[in-house]
Amino acid sequence: MATLEQVPDSTEALRRALTQVDPARKRKDVVMRVLVYLAFALAILPLVSLIWSVLVRGLGRFDGYFLLHSMRNVFGGMDAGGAYHAILGTVLITGWATLISVPIGLLVAIYLVEYGTGALARAVTFFVDVMTGIPSIVAGLFAFSLFYLLVGPDSRSGIVGAVALAVLMVPVVIRSSEEMLRLVPNELREASLALGVPKWLTIVRVVLRTAVAGLTTGVMIAIARVIGETAPLIITVGASNSINNNVFSGNMMTLPVFVYNQYGSGLVACTPGDASCIPTINYDRAWTAALTLILLVMLLNLVARGVSRLFSPKTRS
Amino acid sequence: MASPTLTSTPHPAAEPTPPGASRAKDRGMDRGFRYLSIASGVLILLVLAAVAAFLVVRALPALKAGDAISQDVGWIGAGQSLWTVIGPLVFGTVLAAIAALAMAVPVAIGIALFISHYAPRRLANGLGYLVDLLAAIPSVVYGLWGVMVLAPVLQPVWDFLVRWLGWIPLFAGDSNGNASNPPRVLLTAALVLAVMILPIITAVSREVFLQTPRLHEEAALALGATRWELVRMAVLPFARSGIVSAAMLGLGRALGETMAVLMVLSPGMLYSFKLLVASQQQTIAANIAAKFADANAMGVSALIATGLALFVITLVVNMAARAIVARRKDFSGAN
Repeated sequence: MATLEQVPDSTEALRRALTQVDPARKRKDVVMRVLVYLAFALAILPLVSLIWSVLVRGLGRFDGYFLLHSMRNVFGGMDAGGAYHAILGTVLITGWATLISVPIGLLVAIYLVEYGTGALARAVTFFVDVMTGIPSIVAGLFAFSLFYLLVGPDSRSGIVGAVALAVLMVPVVIRSSEEMLRLVPNELREASLALGVPKWLTIVRVVLRTAVAGLTTGVMIAIARVIGETAPLIITVGASNSINNNVFSGNMMTLPVFVYNQYGSGLVACTPGDASCIPTINYDRAWTAALTLILLVMLLNLVARGVSRLFSPKTRS
Repeated sequence: MASPTLTSTPHPAAEPTPPGASRAKDRGMDRGFRYLSIASGVLILLVLAAVAAFLVVRALPALKAGDAISQDVGWIGAGQSLWTVIGPLVFGTVLAAIAALAMAVPVAIGIALFISHYAPRRLANGLGYLVDLLAAIPSVVYGLWGVMVLAPVLQPVWDFLVRWLGWIPLFAGDSNGNASNPPRVLLTAALVLAVMILPIITAVSREVFLQTPRLHEEAALALGATRWELVRMAVLPFARSGIVSAAMLGLGRALGETMAVLMVLSPGMLYSFKLLVASQQQTIAANIAAKFADANAMGVSALIATGLALFVITLVVNMAARAIVARRKDFSGAN
C-alpha cells in the first residue's frame, strides 16, 4: 500500500483495521441478529395467544359443576353440562395405555441397554425411532383393525383406544427409559456382579432402583404426550354423552374428543327472548374443556419435573 | 457417614437352600429375564409389522373392488375407483405438509440459533423450555385456536396476498378474485401445522448446533468473524445434514397431523395449488377422521386403504430422516 512509507499513518490504519469491522459485514451481522431475535418472538407469539385465549374463554365455566357433571340430558342452549364423563374416560383410557406400554417399554429399554448387541439391537433401535413417527391416526386404524379381527365389527370401546395410545406411547417410554438406564454408572453394575448377585437381580435391584426417578419422569412425560391425542380416539372409542366407566364395552367420552365434539356442535339457534338459552354454550364448553386438558398436561409435566428433582439419586462426585 | 446397608441381614433365601440349588435357580431366572427382554425387543418389530399387515388385510376389499366401490361408498363418486380418490388426498396431504415446512423451517433454525448462539447463557435453557411448551399443547386445542382465534386474524392478510400476489398461482383467488371468507383454507391449516412442528425441528437443530466443535468456533472468532459469520462459516456447514433430518422429522409430523386440518380446513377433492381458496384440498388423516364414524364396511376398508398410503409415506420420510441422523453420528467429528 501507498501508506506503508508514512509510519505514523500506517499504525493508525492498522489500528483502525484491527478495531473496526467493515461496515457492510457489520450491517449484515446486525440484520441477521435482528432476524434471529424475531424468529424467537414469532414462536412465542402463538404460544402466548393460544394460552391467553384458552384462559380468557375457558375460565368462565371452569368450576366444580363443570368438572363433576356429565352431558347426560343436556340439550340446546341449556346452561348446564360438564366434562366429568370425558375426564373419567381420559383417565381410564390413558391409565390402561400406561399399563400396557410401561412394562413393554421398560423391558425393551433393558434389552437395549443391558443385553442388546448385534443386528437385532440395531434393528430395534432403528424401528423404535421409526415408530415415533407413526401418525396417530394410523395407530388408531391399527387398533381398530386388530379388534375388528378379534371381536368383530362392533368393537368400539375404551380398551381399543388404550391399545392405540399404547402404540404411540411405547416408543416414547423406550427412548426415555433407555437414556435413563444408560446414565446408571457401570461401577454400580460391576460392584453388584462382583458380589455374586445374578444379572437379573442386579438389573432389578440396582440398575432400575438407581434410575427410578428418571424412569418415572419419562413415563409421565409419555403420558402427557398421549393424553391429548384425539384422532385415534375418534376412530376407536367414539363419543358419548353419559358416564361409562367400563373400558371393555361401549363408547366412552374423552376430553380431547369432547373439545372436538363441542366445537362441532356449533352455535345454538336460540328463540329470541329466551334468557336461559346461551347461543355460544357449545364453544364455551369446548374452551373450558381445552383449558382442563392443558392444565392436566401441565400438571403431569410439572409433577414429572418435581419427581426427577426430588428423587434422583444423590451422587457424590 | 456410616452406611446402614453394611449391617443389613444376608439374603433370606440363602440360608435354607443349599448353594448349588440357589445358583441353578438364579441361572434359570437369569435366562428367563434375558429371554423376556429379548422377546419384548422382538415384539416391537412385530408390532410394526402387524400395523402394516392389519392395514393391508383390512384395505384389501377396497383395493380389489375396482370401479364397483362407488356403489358402496358415498364419498367416492360414480365411476371413480379408489385410486382416483387416493391421488388428490395424497396431493393435499403433501401440499399441506410442504407449505407448513416452508414456513416452519426458517423460523425453527432462527429459534435454534437464538437459543444456541445468541441468547444470554443463563436465559437459554428457560427459553428453550418455552419452545418445548408448544409441543405439550394437545393438537385439538391447536385446532380450536386455529379456527376460532387465528383464522379471523388472518383474513385481512390473505385478502392482501390475493390482491397483490394473486398472479402467483399459489395465491390465486376464487372466481371473484377474492380469498375465501371465512378463511378455512389450506394456508391457514398449514400455518397451524407449522406452529405444531416448530418444537421438533427446533429441538433437533438446537442439539446439532450445540455440537459444533468448539475449536471451529474459536478459530472463526480468532480470525475476526462477526457472530453471523461464525454461524455461517462454522455452525451451519457443520449442521447441514442435521437440519435436513430435523426438517424431515417435522415433515413426518405434518403429514400425519389430523386435528388441526380437520377443524380448520374446508375440504375438497381437487388437484389444486390454490392455497387461499376453500374446498380445494383435503388431507388423508383429516379425511379418515371426518368419514370414519358413519362409514359402512366398504367405506371403512377404503379409508384404511388411504391410511395405508399415509403410513407408507410417513414411514419412508421418517426412515430417510433417521438414516441421515445415523450416518451423521459416525462421521460428525464431534464425538
